[in-house]
Amino acid sequence: MGHRTPLYDQHVAAGGRMVDFADWDMPVHYGSLLDEHHAVRQDAGVFDVSHMTVVDVSGPGARDYLRHLLANDVDKAAPGKALYSAMLNDEGGVIDDLIVYRRADDYRLVVNCGTREKDLAWLAKQSDGFDVAVSERPDLAMLAVQGPQARSRLAALLAGPRRDAVTSLKVFGFAEDGDWLIARTGYTGEDGVEIILPGSDAVALWAQLLEAGVLPCGLGARDTLRLEAGMNLYGNDMDETVTPLQAGMAWTVVFNEGRDFVGRAALEAQRDAQPGPEQLVGLILEGKGVLRAHQRVLTAAGEGEITSGTFSPTLGLSIALARVPAGVSGEAEVEIRNKRLPVRIVRPPFVRHGKAVHQQLS
Amino acid sequence: MSDIRAELRYASTHEWVRLEDDGTAYVGISDHAQDAMGDLVYVELPEVGQELEATDEAGVVESVKAASDIYAPVSGEVVAVNEALEDTPELVNQDPYGDGWLFRIRVADTAELEQLLSANDYREQLDSED
Repeated sequence: MGHRTPLYDQHVAAGGRMVDFADWDMPVHYGSLLDEHHAVRQDAGVFDVSHMTVVDVSGPGARDYLRHLLANDVDKAAPGKALYSAMLNDEGGVIDDLIVYRRADDYRLVVNCGTREKDLAWLAKQSDGFDVAVSERPDLAMLAVQGPQARSRLAALLAGPRRDAVTSLKVFGFAEDGDWLIARTGYTGEDGVEIILPGSDAVALWAQLLEAGVLPCGLGARDTLRLEAGMNLYGNDMDETVTPLQAGMAWTVVFNEGRDFVGRAALEAQRDAQPGPEQLVGLILEGKGVLRAHQRVLTAAGEGEITSGTFSPTLGLSIALARVPAGVSGEAEVEIRNKRLPVRIVRPPFVRHGKAVHQQLS
Repeated sequence: MSDIRAELRYASTHEWVRLEDDGTAYVGISDHAQDAMGDLVYVELPEVGQELEATDEAGVVESVKAASDIYAPVSGEVVAVNEALEDTPELVNQDPYGDGWLFRIRVADTAELEQLLSANDYREQLDSED
């Protein structure tokens, strides 16, 4: 038996198909992944993401520590704002991707559950010489309420500052009230919020959301939604052998003057080399079939590989993220069961706010 | 509890076979298999006229999450495929023993059917997998 979130019994009661996910018993779907996917694109869905690891970072050295630890610069986030960043090793490889919430005096991180142990070890190792306290918060659960109707459905269930937060937060803003942290963030490409809260409160809120017609959604829909939204999945689209520059994450790296973050020298060398680093692109298969991770991509400039692939429920065809040589654009071929099928190379995301948005890469 | 039809024979790889009076047989995947796969989005079928040996790869069913090979449960020539699945693969989820059939095969040796699992045997296999 794996770890269980505080919502385990609720998942089983809702018909959740429970699977092992990085040693957690999690729902992959509750009957139909497609229905759950469409609910988030068209209405509202709720995900239990309590398996993710919440870590608080405080102390007088917290800012300097995070500016050393992360490829993105926490100074870019004002208090009350969230920031997405990679955490790199000395070679520039991605140890994990994470969200930092900048509070008035300290910070909260949310990292992946599959990388929890190595992340905590790295956080501890890198804290040498900084006056910081790094503490995991296993007592907290996390719900993602996502979809065009998510905030209005949720706001109707809340009062006071929590309601105000849900209705008025700007994108990537967050607010805290008691033990609740409400952030206008997500992993679906739709509007919505993520709420970090005590486990018992999560159980009560989950029941209220389902009562209000918000559909429970599993990890399967979470994956198809994030892939349509062009968002990376750690372990698929990047890992320790890949830098953010090779993973479509250059926008999250800040080479500002005088800040020597872990992995910077390696990234600068890769950035300035010729040919440039490989790139992460989107692929669209117009014909029949489904693109899957590890299929070979054949381009004019050489071979690449699909890092994540799926059938896109919104577009009704198959999409993928793929790592290909620098400068590739236009058309390519993907090898599926010894057949070569033509694909278009595009710039992700594929879908935002319910609409197709991908652009041909040229 | 998944639906297992008493009148069918089953392969351990979750295909079912229904022998017709004319010596051909319909082949599909079991209710258990479609349920385990989840929403199907693509089905790749053999060619009409193709000669298959029992346990040969005969096609692929793909759900949103995964691809799974289909194996020929018996030997013979493929005489028809379910063309409706090209545009509506969800028929396999909705009616795995009816409109969601995959292909029809001219059975080379009906004795091969006896090698397959009965409904009871198949039920036992599923119970032991749980």
